[in-house]
Amino acid sequence: MIYVGAASDIPDGEAARVQGEVSIAVFHVDGALYAIDDTCTHQDASLSDGWVEGCAVECPLHAACFDLRTGRPSGPPAKKPVRTHRVVVSDGHVWVEESVGVETSAQPGVPVDAVAEEVA
Amino acid sequence: MRTVAVVGASLAGLATARALRAEGFDGRIVVIGDEEHAPYDRPPLSKEFLSGALSTEDLALTTPEDAELAADWRLGHRAVALDTAERTVVLDDGERIATDGVVLATGARARALPGPVPAGVHTLRTLDDAVALRSELVPGARMIVVGAGFIGSEIASTAAGLGVEVDVVEAATVPLERPLGAEMGRVCAGLHAAAGVRLHTGCGVAEIVGSPRVRAVRLTDGRELPADVVVVGIGAIPNVEWLEGSGVTLDDGVVTDAQGATSTPGVVAVGDCANAHRGYTGSMLRLEHWTNAVQQPVGAVAALFGRVHTPAPHHEVPYFWSDQYGRRIQFAGHRTPGCRVEVLEGDPAEADFLARYVDPSGTPVAVLGVDRPRSFGRMRRRLGRRPAATH
Repeated sequence: MIYVGAASDIPDGEAARVQGEVSIAVFHVDGALYAIDDTCTHQDASLSDGWVEGCAVECPLHAACFDLRTGRPSGPPAKKPVRTHRVVVSDGHVWVEESVGVETSAQPGVPVDAVAEEVA
Repeated sequence: MRTVAVVGASLAGLATARALRAEGFDGRIVVIGDEEHAPYDRPPLSKEFLSGALSTEDLALTTPEDAELAADWRLGHRAVALDTAERTVVLDDGERIATDGVVLATGARARALPGPVPAGVHTLRTLDDAVALRSELVPGARMIVVGAGFIGSEIASTAAGLGVEVDVVEAATVPLERPLGAEMGRVCAGLHAAAGVRLHTGCGVAEIVGSPRVRAVRLTDGRELPADVVVVGIGAIPNVEWLEGSGVTLDDGVVTDAQGATSTPGVVAVGDCANAHRGYTGSMLRLEHWTNAVQQPVGAVAALFGRVHTPAPHHEVPYFWSDQYGRRIQFAGHRTPGCRVEVLEGDPAEADFLARYVDPSGTPVAVLGVDRPRSFGRMRRRLGRRPAATH
């Protein structure tokens, strides 16, 4: 588990960046948290600097859009999906479980005010 | 509509083929490209590809899904004429492609110095150009870059990183003066200087010295700079000569309306070759920007089918980026005469800042960020929400 920070430090519409094996971006959208690889698969740009609209983030360099739940690009210029990661919220603190391997599954958003989740 | 010919097989041509299928077109798509290569990404040619960090394979723009486009690729063939009466595209081998719609996406080519030049003098536009230039960038080589625009500045940056001795010659008083203005151009001059690249402004090239291979460049102020290799980055010329006499209206490219329609029914134009009306400025602009080549085809294809396309407001704002000396420069909007520059964040002296351009009426018209992608993105969106220009 990688510690991200206090949930209150990631306001709605904003993102945090943490370092795992690679950089990971954690987004807060409409009360839910999502984690994906931070680096755009198209070219070197940090998705946590991107524009969030609905459940998608637009890369700040080329406007490639990625679905925060699945990591899939919505179309060109990106070709490959980014990996998704499991978010855990406990007592107002946010953690990320970094996925292993290239293929990752869809991750539902985790409510930012979740309290009961167990930290592994 | 049964057959659409896309003339040009680079980013705009590929984006057009994708847009045609996305619009539901199930007829024949013929894509004609004068290069032998399948569509590839050009921005890295002056940066990661030139430095060796990216390979040819990394530049490929097509994906496995593009096989579903089922396009008929005519690579290595140049279109030499458009017969608008018969709506037929004529190729250099004499083939005549009868079409129901034509998309002009022929791009632009690097402007060369006039007359013959000795070996060792390059321009950079294509993959082949980049391969040829890359082989000359050896540590200790002396390189002269003519023109401190985006291409010239990026090549200087990459070459300096490879241990090449770089001099840049620029006719204007600062780099990138036309897009960024003198004040912010001076900031870019500082990037060259900090990397040990010598910038010679306010002078041009009088003569390329040497035969059969370049030895030096003589400047208009009389100085002679020794050179092992020279790169000329003095702009690009739209590839539209083949359309002369076709009836399609030309003026610094193919003249189009905001959606890409030309003066000829059934013929649209996109990307670097299109001089299009822009809602953002209320004027005609030929843009050579990457995002323009990706976004314009969506509207142009809709126009081909007689449909109206309304782009997202922030897509109407011209946008480009440039990576130089480890800095990411991003610019959106269009600088107009008499603008003043307001620094909103950071410090230009540190080459880490966000600034906006405000016209004399007090309206923000453009935003410039250096290593400020997040706040730049927000300002860029905000520019898209301003009322469209009416002049």
